[in-house]
Amino acid sequence: MSLDVRPAALAAPFRPRGPLSEAVLARLTGQPGQPGDAGLAALADRALTETVDVVRDDDVQLALFALFASSYGSFDQFEADLEWDGELIGARRQLEADFEQALRAAVQVPALPTSTTDAVARALFALTAQEGGPSLSRYLAKRATREQVLELLVQRSVYTLREADPHSWAIPRLHGRAKAALVEIQADEYGGGRPDRVHAAIFAASMRGAGLDDSYGSYVDVVPALTLASHNMMSMFGLNRRLIGAIVGHLAAFEMTSSIPNRLYGDGFRRLGFGEDVTDYFDEHVEADAVHEQIAAHDLAGALAEDRPDLLPDIMFGAAACVTIDGWVAQQMLDAWHDGGTSLRVPV
Amino acid sequence: MSEQRPTITPYPDGPLLVRGDIDLRTADGEPIERRRRTVALCRCGLSTIKPFCDGTHKAAGFRTDD
Repeated sequence: MSLDVRPAALAAPFRPRGPLSEAVLARLTGQPGQPGDAGLAALADRALTETVDVVRDDDVQLALFALFASSYGSFDQFEADLEWDGELIGARRQLEADFEQALRAAVQVPALPTSTTDAVARALFALTAQEGGPSLSRYLAKRATREQVLELLVQRSVYTLREADPHSWAIPRLHGRAKAALVEIQADEYGGGRPDRVHAAIFAASMRGAGLDDSYGSYVDVVPALTLASHNMMSMFGLNRRLIGAIVGHLAAFEMTSSIPNRLYGDGFRRLGFGEDVTDYFDEHVEADAVHEQIAAHDLAGALAEDRPDLLPDIMFGAAACVTIDGWVAQQMLDAWHDGGTSLRVPV
Repeated sequence: MSEQRPTITPYPDGPLLVRGDIDLRTADGEPIERRRRTVALCRCGLSTIKPFCDGTHKAAGFRTDD
């Protein structure tokens, strides 16, 4: 992979994709600014003015990804003292505002159900059932090549090596039964007390089993802006308290579109001769997410809508946003493969 | 503090969720390994991982009366 050759002076864990992400990475890694440097606010403003599509803009999405990574603590190279740096947070808010606006404009939210647990759960199951079917997972099961299934692991690694973390930001912001439901799901995501069964750790084992690098961020340089946008959306929903409804709706839709596709992904890896060390992750999710989707639909999202009817529009928006953006990510992969190419910026 | 009694909760159009300390067994009485604290038991009969639910009821249009 040609992008592996990094200049020695570059301390950042991945390469910038434009002037904004370059300045953000320099700042996060504690590199002193130069006299005459444009401030982050001006760079963010320019990037947002010049972009034709903020959701697919490499410079903007990588800058946002780096800013959120600082809060997750994903990279040692990002100085912890800079997590709440005023200029970095200011730039993040500029980018988030336009990103959220673009998402709200692009995502079609279905008619709102009444604010009862049952009606909301039924509306969420209906929304996630009509996503056109799991076409990416069907392709994986039946037709994908070895290179293509490895590409899926690379694409998924941006989120899945940190699986469940974006939704955990919501725990202290919820109360009562919705909080208990989220913790019931997250406890299972984090292995139920067994470090080797933490879902992110199972995915890391699958990556190693497939001969890939499981260290976090090792494939950031090769994934397209849309993959970063999918993760940035979760981070933005999770980190902003005012978007609590959206992160809950996102989790519900994510869980509801998981168990059947994961069975098909597992079938695809088995068809190509991969062993249990690789398929364990997918098989685990068939059983786990059939549990999680019920809790997420009824006890989390449904109960939250009943207790806080004011959050219902954002619960449905978050769910629709998950289905829409992850649909775009899947379609980008299928389109690239249909043309005999790769969805990655550089083949791995 | 007394031990919480196990619960079995039917979810509309979906599986039975089992919470609490119970033993799952096969028809022959063999123990079935339980790998998570809360488990979902198949109610539509179509799961490929019975007795556990695998979400197939959704594609099959399984409906309950609740």
